[in-house]
Amino acid sequence: MIDVLLQPFQFEFFRNGTLAAVMVGGLCGLIGVYIVLRGMSYIGHGLSHAIFGGAVVSYVMAWNFYLGAGIWGFIAAVLINQTVRRTKINADAAIGVITTASFAIGIALISRYRSFTRSFDAALFGNILGVTVQDVLVIAGVTLLVSLMIFFCYKQLLFTAFDSTVAEVYGVPTAWVETLFALILAAALIVSMQILGVTLIAAAIVIPAITARLLTDSFNRLILLSTLLGAATGFFGMCVSYYADVASGATIVLLQAALFCVALLWSSLQRRTERRLAHTHV
Amino acid sequence: MQSIVELHQVSFSYSGAPVLEEVSLHFHPGQFAALVGPSGAGKTTLLKLILGTLTPIHGQVQINSRAHAATKAPRIGYVPQLETVDWNFPVTVEQVVWMGRVKRAGPWPWPSAEDRRRIATVLEQLEIAELARQHIRNLSGGQQQRVFLARALIAEPDLLVLDEPTTGVDMRTAENVLHLLGELNRQGMTILMTTHDLNAAAAHVPWVICLNRRVIAQGPPEAVFTEPILNATYEGDMLVIHQDGMIFVQQRPHGHSYRDLVPEPVLGGLPRHDEV
Repeated sequence: MIDVLLQPFQFEFFRNGTLAAVMVGGLCGLIGVYIVLRGMSYIGHGLSHAIFGGAVVSYVMAWNFYLGAGIWGFIAAVLINQTVRRTKINADAAIGVITTASFAIGIALISRYRSFTRSFDAALFGNILGVTVQDVLVIAGVTLLVSLMIFFCYKQLLFTAFDSTVAEVYGVPTAWVETLFALILAAALIVSMQILGVTLIAAAIVIPAITARLLTDSFNRLILLSTLLGAATGFFGMCVSYYADVASGATIVLLQAALFCVALLWSSLQRRTERRLAHTHV
Repeated sequence: MQSIVELHQVSFSYSGAPVLEEVSLHFHPGQFAALVGPSGAGKTTLLKLILGTLTPIHGQVQINSRAHAATKAPRIGYVPQLETVDWNFPVTVEQVVWMGRVKRAGPWPWPSAEDRRRIATVLEQLEIAELARQHIRNLSGGQQQRVFLARALIAEPDLLVLDEPTTGVDMRTAENVLHLLGELNRQGMTILMTTHDLNAAAAHVPWVICLNRRVIAQGPPEAVFTEPILNATYEGDMLVIHQDGMIFVQQRPHGHSYRDLVPEPVLGGLPRHDEV
C-alpha cells in the first residue's frame, strides 16, 4: 500500500511538482487571508491576468520572465491601489479596467506573433509537470521572503486590513503598506502561475481563506489554518491528480472547493445547533 | 495658553460645493468640546482635517503649533463611528486595543510584555478587562465604544477625537460613555467629539461649537443653545426648554405648534399618589 502511495515520488518531475504545489498552496493561502478580509477577492483573478500580459511582453522584449512579469504585475497592483485611493472608482471596477487591459495587451501580442502561442498554454492553464529544480528554488525564495514580510509587518497589515483610514491616523504608513502588499501579491502570483495557471490562481487564493474563515473567528488561527489548507490541498491534489490522471492545478482547486463545501456544511450545522440551544435556554 | 489644535481660515470641498468655509478654531489642553450641526454640516470633515487624513484647500491646521506635514507622529487618539467598523473582522478586544500601540510595539507579531501590561491596565481602567479575549462582534454597544476608546487611550494621546460616540447606542449607554469622557477630561485629557445628541451635549460637555459649513457660534451650552443660534445652525425651527437647571432641545415639527403635540396625560392605568 505504502509502496503504491510512494510510487509517484520516485519521479523527479513529481517530487519537484509536489514541492512547488505545497509551497504555492501555502503561499496563496497565506496572502488570501488579507485579500479576503479586505474584500478584494477579485484582485487575484484580475492581477493574474495582468501578469499574463506582462509575461507576453517579457517574451517579446526578451526580458527575464520573472523580472518582466513581476514588474508588470507590481505596477498593475500599484495602479489599482492608487486609482482606488485617488478617484471615486471602486476596487472591483479599477481591477476590471487595469487588469483586463493588461491581459488584452498579452492577447494582442500573441495574435500578432502567433509563433509562440504554445509557450503560453502553461501560463494560462498551469504546467506542474514542467517544474524544474530552478523553479522550486525561486518558489522557495519567494515563499520565504513573503512569509518574512508578513511576519514583520503583521501589525501594520492587520491594522490596515481592519481599517485603513484609522490605521493612518495611528501612524501606520498605509500607502507604503499597500505598496508592499502589492509587491507581495505580484511575487506570489508570478511563482504560482506556472503551477496553477492564470485561470486557477484566484481560486487558490480565495478558497483556503474563506474556508478557514468559516471555521474560526481568530485572526491568528485564520492565518495558520488558511496556509495549512493551501499547502495540504497542494500535496493531496498532486497525489490525486497522479492517480486519477487529471490536470494537477484543477485537482488542487477542486479539492479546495470540496473542503469549502464541507466547512460550509459544518458551520451551518454548528450555527443551527447554537440557535437551537439558545432557544431551549430561553 | 498654547493651543493643542488650531485651524486658521480653513476651507475644504470634496468636489464643487464647499463643505467648510473659513473655519477658525483653537482648542486648549484640557478642553472638552462637542461639534454639533446638521448632517452635511462638515463635522466629520473637520475631524478628518484635524486627524490629517484630509488636507484643507485653503488655510492651515496646526497640531501642537506644527503643521500636519511637519508632525511625524501626531499624538491623537481617534474613535471612529461604530457604524464604520467591520464587526465580522476576526479580531479580539485585546488585538483591537493593541493596534493603538502600533507605533510603539516591538517588531514581533505578538504583544510584548509591556504591551500586555498596558493593554490590561487600560481595559481595567474602562472596566472591560474580562472581555480581553472576546471577539468584537460579541459585545454590547457600550462595550464596543469602550474597546475603541481603550485603543485610543493606549496610544497615550494629547488629544482624543471621537466621531459621534453616542450614535447607535441606547440612552443609558450614551449617558455612560459621556460620563466616562467627562472623567477622562477631569484627569486632563483634551477631548473633541461630534454629536447629534444636543441634550446629552448640553448635560455633559462644557464647550459646544455650532457648525454649518462655518462656525455659527461657540461657547458653554447655556450660552450657545439658544433658539436663534440653533435655528441658524440647523436651518429649522428649534425649541429650547430650560427645566430643573438642564437644557432640552427639540426641533418643532413642520405645521404644528409645540402645544398641539402634547396631549393631556393619561393617568388611568397608574395608581394615584395617595393610593401608593
